[in-house]
Amino acid sequence: MTAVWITLAVLTVGTFASKAAGTLVLGSRELNPRALSVTALLAPALLSALVVYETFGSRDGITVDPRAAGLAAAIAAILAKAPMFVVMLIAAAVAAAVRAFT
Amino acid sequence: MTDEFHAGVKAGVSLILPTLAGGISFGVLAEPVLGAAASIVMSITVFSGAAQFAALTVLATGGGALAAIIAGMLLNARWLPMGLALGPSLRGSRARRAVESVALVDASFVVASNGDGTFSRDRLIGSTLPQFAAWNLGTVIGVLGGSFLGDPEALGLDAMFPAFFACLLFDLLKDRTSVVTAALGALIAFVLMPFTPAGVPVVAAACAALIGLRARA
Repeated sequence: MTAVWITLAVLTVGTFASKAAGTLVLGSRELNPRALSVTALLAPALLSALVVYETFGSRDGITVDPRAAGLAAAIAAILAKAPMFVVMLIAAAVAAAVRAFT
Repeated sequence: MTDEFHAGVKAGVSLILPTLAGGISFGVLAEPVLGAAASIVMSITVFSGAAQFAALTVLATGGGALAAIIAGMLLNARWLPMGLALGPSLRGSRARRAVESVALVDASFVVASNGDGTFSRDRLIGSTLPQFAAWNLGTVIGVLGGSFLGDPEALGLDAMFPAFFACLLFDLLKDRTSVVTAALGALIAFVLMPFTPAGVPVVAAACAALIGLRARA
């Protein structure tokens, strides 16, 4: 039980510190154009990694399960210009269907 | 209450269902390991789904506090580059900026991005508020009613997060540089995932953004 509360307390402080640290380091100084062109690309870099991580991640590294079918359906829906909420519902429905029938 | 804030809230509201589902999954899985009180408190005070799941996985498989903290902090490492990017767009005293940085979560970081390396503070906070409410409500539902709810995975709810991130990603793929960066980020994550602990692949993928130095130098 103690281990739980120690983990909770340290992670609370640690999460806050890691979020605040980056925002405080530079103060309110403006970034130079080269740095801006890097920070502008952080979002696509992190997002594509998160898509991969949340779709194929498992305790043992990489796994292909019904989430992959959900993602494929989601990408098709995105390319068909479906609104975001519809895309997410399609992903859930396809993943649930694949899971139910396999 | 600015227009930017409203735009952020609107984006955050579209995330209520998957965030609620994530919170419920966490509550259901955490209650037997952490106990009801610690599970609920953790979602309020840590408020970082990835870090919470990582720490929980370690504790659930018999690991100690130190291993659980390291697992959680590895996933938190991505806040450093994201915070560096966000920092200059926040205003006010250091204390106020530190408090506002708590609103930094993956989805809101992207919602708040103006695409040119700057960010909207109001969109960030507006987008995070509904997610904060949904995450904590979901945790409470999962902790209290876990045994009645059945399996969130049977409903395919775990597929909603990658779909959501894919929506945000496709919005950003406007030029060749962003496409190459995204492909590189995905590749780095894929290559590292089998060999590194949770969290490392996503942080390492941030390095793909350094391509910006070459592309527009």
